[in-house]
Amino acid sequence: MISGRTLAQGAGCECKMSPDFLKAVSLCHLSKGDYDALGLCEGKNVQLKNEFGQVVLAPKVDAGLRQGMVFIPMGPWANVLVGPDTGGCGTPQFKGIEVEVEATDASVLEIRDLFRGLRRAQT
Amino acid sequence: MIVEDAICSFCGCLCDDINVEVEEGKIKRVRHACRLGSSKILGHERIKAPMIRRGGELCMVSYQEAYDRAAEILLRAQKPLLYGWASTVCEAQKKGILLAEEVGGVLDSTATVCHGPSVIGIEEKGLPGATLGQVKNRADTIVFWGCNPAEAHPRHSLRYSSNVCGRFTPEGRAGRKIVVVDVRETRTSKNADKTVIIQPGTDYEVISALRMLVAGKGDVVPDEVGGVPKAELDGLAKTLLAARFGAVFFGLGITHSRGRYKNIDNALSLVTELNSHTKFVIMPMRGHYNVGGIGQVLAWSSGFPMSVDFTRNAPYFNPGETAACDLLAKADTDAALIIAADAASNFPRAAVEALAKIPVIQIDPYENPTTLISEVVIPSAIAGVEAEGTAYRMDGMALRMRKLVDTSYPSDEEILSHILESVHRLQRGLER
Amino acid sequence: MIIKGGIVYDPANGIFGEEMDLCVDEGRMAEDGKGEVIDARGLLVMPGGVDAHSHIAGTKVNTGRIMRPDDARLGIEPRSGVCRPCTGYTVPNCYAIGYRYARMGYTTAFEAATPIIEARHTHEELEEIPILDKGALTLFGTNWEVMECVRDKDIGKLAAYVAWGLRSARGYGVKIVNPGGGEAWGFGSNVKGPNDPVPNFDVTGAEIICGLAQANEMLRLPHSIHLHFNNLGKPGNYTTALETLELLKDIKPSRMRQVVHVAHMQFSAYGGTSWRDFESKAPVIADYFNSHNHATMDLGQLLFGSATTMTADAPLEYGNARLTHNKWSNHDIELEESSGVVPMVYFRKMLVNAVQWAIGLELALLTRDPWKVLMTTDHPNGSPFINYPEVITLLMSKPKRDAEMATLHEQLPKRTSLGGIERELDWTEIAIMTRAAPARILGLEDKGHFGPGADADISIYDLRPEEVDPSRDHALVKKALAAAKYTIKSGIVVSQKGQILAAPPGRTLR
Ligand code: SF4
Ligand SMILES: [Zn+2]
Repeated sequence: MISGRTLAQGAGCECKMSPDFLKAVSLCHLSKGDYDALGLCEGKNVQLKNEFGQVVLAPKVDAGLRQGMVFIPMGPWANVLVGPDTGGCGTPQFKGIEVEVEATDASVLEIRDLFRGLRRAQT
Repeated sequence: MIVEDAICSFCGCLCDDINVEVEEGKIKRVRHACRLGSSKILGHERIKAPMIRRGGELCMVSYQEAYDRAAEILLRAQKPLLYGWASTVCEAQKKGILLAEEVGGVLDSTATVCHGPSVIGIEEKGLPGATLGQVKNRADTIVFWGCNPAEAHPRHSLRYSSNVCGRFTPEGRAGRKIVVVDVRETRTSKNADKTVIIQPGTDYEVISALRMLVAGKGDVVPDEVGGVPKAELDGLAKTLLAARFGAVFFGLGITHSRGRYKNIDNALSLVTELNSHTKFVIMPMRGHYNVGGIGQVLAWSSGFPMSVDFTRNAPYFNPGETAACDLLAKADTDAALIIAADAASNFPRAAVEALAKIPVIQIDPYENPTTLISEVVIPSAIAGVEAEGTAYRMDGMALRMRKLVDTSYPSDEEILSHILESVHRLQRGLER
Repeated sequence: MIIKGGIVYDPANGIFGEEMDLCVDEGRMAEDGKGEVIDARGLLVMPGGVDAHSHIAGTKVNTGRIMRPDDARLGIEPRSGVCRPCTGYTVPNCYAIGYRYARMGYTTAFEAATPIIEARHTHEELEEIPILDKGALTLFGTNWEVMECVRDKDIGKLAAYVAWGLRSARGYGVKIVNPGGGEAWGFGSNVKGPNDPVPNFDVTGAEIICGLAQANEMLRLPHSIHLHFNNLGKPGNYTTALETLELLKDIKPSRMRQVVHVAHMQFSAYGGTSWRDFESKAPVIADYFNSHNHATMDLGQLLFGSATTMTADAPLEYGNARLTHNKWSNHDIELEESSGVVPMVYFRKMLVNAVQWAIGLELALLTRDPWKVLMTTDHPNGSPFINYPEVITLLMSKPKRDAEMATLHEQLPKRTSLGGIERELDWTEIAIMTRAAPARILGLEDKGHFGPGADADISIYDLRPEEVDPSRDHALVKKALAAAKYTIKSGIVVSQKGQILAAPPGRTLR
């Protein structure tokens, strides 16, 4: 898995609570081959999972990708799958992460739901 | 009224040819900017008033209450983290450094989740670079490595690199060779003469192979490196050597991948070596418009360009220990001020979870996921649109951002000054 | 304020070590003063130090900091009292620059090289340097517009451009570095000397230098052109120096000053055909300065240990990087310049470095008129400015020089005349080379002297010139110079015995 910038992500990133931003970044780009192999079709989502977490995203075919590689626009959905280790250099490894991908009927979490439960208990 | 030649405060290109139509104090139209820039300059719904979380909910308060609460949090903390700084002007950054000194905190910027590895690479090897205008006027060969300006810096190619005409490059795009090296095809690679697709995480190996080929030691290069046949790499090395003036632009594709700062170190070495054959420069594609600025301001004030720990009164720098993600991953910070950046969206999930466990002060014009985990929220003027100040372009060029419209929101600099005043007042109270 | 009983050296006003009182009123020297009395009985009193050539602000300085975290760690001082935290040795942070100069009794420093387009950065840093008054020289030597005016022989237009450039860049004077070389470096080459044509522009370095000198005089600027020669840092380059100086000897100065100030002469006084037969040509250079009056120089003294080389002579820095295998930063600046930064260590046992060390001292000691020679290290190229007390004591003490030479490469005496030089500078000469002359050469009328109305920038050292013999007691002198008993800036005591008491912002001169 790699994560990175897209135009739509950039245009929405100062406005993260909007539905446009959700549409722009809760995506999982994959190759046509992988799309077909996972048996995806209109209405189906993908679930990505690794040791750091799991997240549901809407699939999008991307002709620029080779099979076995997925691209997620940078943002909170992609970061569910990123580990915090910086290897001593301060920067987490946001790209080249192994994930398991499968088709799912579950729906994509809305942004507030993604952060629900995280809030610090008031003391 | 039309403001001519305004500067776009979105990406590190800092395009300075933007025309903005202002009517009755509101921005109506933006000309010349790309989609990213105009959406930023046009703006959208703002945080209305300062808020403090009470009983789990954010409640509106006065600015003074918010400043005092922020000061209290920062002073009470043992090791507060003051993070962000990329989307604001140098004047605010200077105040932030002073605040970090006063409260004994760690100041870190968004560089540590983007070009932090580039900074470390530069510490190892130096930076053979140039201003963007030099590339425009001279470069006949341009390599985009692990970056996708067509989506992240949309006007880069038109203003500074592949497609622009200059004194010694009168034919523009037609007179240039454009090479893209990436793990996938991108919008940028559509404009390239040659795209080299490498396997993810093999940048270091591929650069090493190129160094060997450039140095005439191709015999030690295996038949395939990073999924690329040797012949193709040899062709690329020849292209580089044939340049009269070459430029390498690199992005997060190489800083975020396996090897991180080692990749940059290697790329810098490649460019240094190319200079014994021809002229070559290299430049990181900085993302946020003034992430370069916080590096500059921190360097001249503290000696170090990022991740500076002031808890012992003397600047201490050790990324891997003092960078935001490391502090959070190890629960080594007990309060955070997040300004001009959205940590909750851009940090790995575990770091966000750690952030949600400590009191967070947010200073930002807009609501974003960081708001959801903040204890104090202070809305600010949009720097570069509603507040003036200096910013540093990706090539290190300092430019002056003008104020385009009036606002009732205080600027980041003003907010930080007020928090500093509250800190001083509280400190005096504590002494007594 | 009244400073009582000091032994005052104010050579610009003909005062050479006289016991007298000094009065300050509203930040300036005055006939009488009231209020605070500072007891300076028997102590050495000089105008605040003026550094006419130092690299203290701007892109290349900050690049040096960014690429050298090792250096930052070498100079850490925690925040305390009025002081912000300090870092760095060869590339100190802004605060350290202000405090450290002030501790030594310096109150003014000039950044020696700023491209027009990057001047904003330079001023952002200058503004952040506390205490000192400062200025910046603006680069013109390899600028497209300049070269086109010179090619068209349109000196009027050139003068107009220079005036515009100085105003836009808030610059103080005209700096020329390796004329034409920056343009050649745009495509990776260099010019071989002042008569080598600049690629694509149909001009030579010699024409650029003369054109800018004429424009400089047409504008009656306070400072002359400030020149870094072609071929700097290369064996045998003393001929380039002499050849270039000859070009300028018939130009009439528009003010009572030199026509050209030569930057860091040490780096351009080299003999030999390669590093192998490298030798000092300082005596030849000093002879030229002794027999001509149109030129002044600063030393660019080299000291052993750590340095950071930084210059708008980018090809030179590439050479340094290849030579030392050290890290290398380069920065080409569109339309104007190029520049580079390379960390450096100078070694006692390396013959070349030892000869370079000797050349700076020879130049200062063999040039008879101290008004023609400024004491600098071209900070941080030859050594950081913090080591000025070392340079001054070397110039004042033959025994110190002899002791130092005994620790250096054994072949050194064959390559330099330094061992045979008996001259030891006195306090008047030091006051000229560090105060009066830099102010006069820059054209700063209110600096470097104690005449009524001059800026009340004063340094008082814990040294009794009537008792101490700098030749013998050089260690004592060095210690006293490192931390002035009082440094007074615009009438305010900013430093006392090495402790910073006040950190006012200082002005930018332009
Ligand atoms: S390229 Fe960057 S700076 Fe230029 S208009 Fe687009 S977002 Fe703004
Ligand atoms: Zn210099």
